[in-house]
Amino acid sequence: MYVAVKGGERAIDNAHAWLAEDRRGDTTVAELSVPQIREQLALAVNRVMAEGSLYDPDLAALAIKQARGDLIEAVFLIRAYRTTLPRFGTSIPVDTARMRVDRRISATFKDLPGGQILGPTFDYTHRLLDFKLAAEGAPLAPTPQAAPDMAPVPHVTALLDRDELIEATPDTGEAPPDLTRQPLELPANRALRLQALARADEGFILSLAYSTQRGYGRTHAFVGELRIGAVAVELEIPELGFAITIGEMTLTECETVNQFKGSRTEPPQFTRGYGLVLGQCERKSIAMSLVDRALRWKELGEDFTGAPAQDEEFVLSHADNVQATGFLEHIKLPHYVDFQAELELVRRLRAEALAQTQPSPRAAAE
Amino acid sequence: MSDDAYNFAYLDEQTKRMIRRALLKALAIPGYQVPFASREMPMPYGWGTGGVQVTAACLTPDDVLKVIDQGADDTTNAVSIRRFFQRTAGVATTESTAEATVIQTRHRIPETPLTEGQILVYQVPIPEPLRFLEPRETETRKMHELEEYGLMHVKLYEDIARHGEIATAYAYPVKVEGRYVMDPSPIPKFDNPKLSDNPAIQLFGAGRESRIYALPPYTQVVSLDFEDHPFRASKADHACDLCGAAESYLDEVITDDAGSRMFVCSDTDFCTGRQAAGHRGRLSPLSKEIA
Repeated sequence: MYVAVKGGERAIDNAHAWLAEDRRGDTTVAELSVPQIREQLALAVNRVMAEGSLYDPDLAALAIKQARGDLIEAVFLIRAYRTTLPRFGTSIPVDTARMRVDRRISATFKDLPGGQILGPTFDYTHRLLDFKLAAEGAPLAPTPQAAPDMAPVPHVTALLDRDELIEATPDTGEAPPDLTRQPLELPANRALRLQALARADEGFILSLAYSTQRGYGRTHAFVGELRIGAVAVELEIPELGFAITIGEMTLTECETVNQFKGSRTEPPQFTRGYGLVLGQCERKSIAMSLVDRALRWKELGEDFTGAPAQDEEFVLSHADNVQATGFLEHIKLPHYVDFQAELELVRRLRAEALAQTQPSPRAAAE
Repeated sequence: MSDDAYNFAYLDEQTKRMIRRALLKALAIPGYQVPFASREMPMPYGWGTGGVQVTAACLTPDDVLKVIDQGADDTTNAVSIRRFFQRTAGVATTESTAEATVIQTRHRIPETPLTEGQILVYQVPIPEPLRFLEPRETETRKMHELEEYGLMHVKLYEDIARHGEIATAYAYPVKVEGRYVMDPSPIPKFDNPKLSDNPAIQLFGAGRESRIYALPPYTQVVSLDFEDHPFRASKADHACDLCGAAESYLDEVITDDAGSRMFVCSDTDFCTGRQAAGHRGRLSPLSKEIA
């Protein structure tokens, strides 16, 4: 016999206790430490920092541990934490031209000032499982070292810009909007779009970028340059009257060079797609720059072909995985009331429909 | 997590001020969707973050909070949200509709009539009543601006042409003070008449969609219909099997695998109150006293 469901509180407490136990796993296996995650699962940490929009490797590693490795859940933990933090200032724009690069490649020039630096990349590894890694504690062979090249590493697009071969992007001086402090209003300007893309779900942006390569909003992109490295974060201190470096962060920047036929007012010129992501997030930054370029069709006088990647409202409304996962999973919540309303409607409509037609044996049985 | 690290009712005062401004604007333009800078909350989008932000902005230390989901105080998400405010605001909570000053709800309006001074906060998944007719926000905002609601009437008409009646059972669209068409959140249409002329303040929060809208007390709210197909609030054609109420909204509970079912009030406070007052339904445990 049913007598009103009680015990929601106890069920929740017990579920949380079970979750904590499962998170720990087999206690005969050593517990994973936050520094281990930070150091050895660094790319997961980077992704959580990028999509969580908070540059803090220790907190990201903690979130990954707490989320049992579910990265979207970890991103959510970081977002919910970040939104409570006070803001005490805005840094001056980071200068990626002065980045201390770990990796810097260009697909458009064989060699260029600053050189091609592969850095720590999976690119030319053979994807064969390395069973040596399964055996713990094997000492690492020393990596060859070289003295750092202190020569400047100019942007490839800056080199093209000197000859006016690529569109100019003058600083309009307009303050960028802040997606985390103002509701998204459409149409969005490019700064706002880039902000949304930088924290967007990597998988979603990857698929959209891939779709442009397959013809849904084609933009003919070359990777003009991809660079990963540390930049200084500088803050203007009013009492001092100048900027001081308050820290350093790793960024991944991708600039694509895209074809542009020219228009009635503009001679033929290359155009730009831009991707900038917190941490080492190479795939994301390349995808971001392709999607950025696809979204610029209107400003560049191109046709809207109906491709999803060109559709600003579609892309920006669905790119955030914390929003998406929350709304998707909310259908797990009880919907008895709505379902009851539908049930009653369907029963009534069926009864009316059956009354109008000849009674079938099944209807008679009912 | 140290609870001291957070402000009263979790949100910082600047954020509350931003939300309160949006609420005031919403109250000034009943039924109009006001964009607000929705924050990430420590519960998922789609799980009541809009309602939680509105509640957080309304709560004062003297408030008495009630949280319901599907009409019930003890559904898991209602428990979770109530606990959140117990923890972050330390306010008194209640299951009694009459005792509460702020009620956060998902999918129901309490059966017990609300009174002046009470605030009813709705959790809203999709604030835009035209969304399933026109997916673009840029378009639907224009439609509201121009009061261009033809598309909605065509949809309702097509329902009648196809099914003989308007086939919307919940989130049934309403018109507010003859101006804005509004989504009342996914309440069953049974609850729609309670929206109108209600003495309480009704606030609607959609967190993921960053929208707030409101109905000030005694606002006129009309469910959309046609003269020859008037709106009809409907419910399961039964009385509550526990308290015998004939006029409350009912949940259907399947009691075995042979098709047996019973109907019970979805509003648990209403149902237990009636049982305590001696009302009995078809399947009431007559021998047992209900505390």
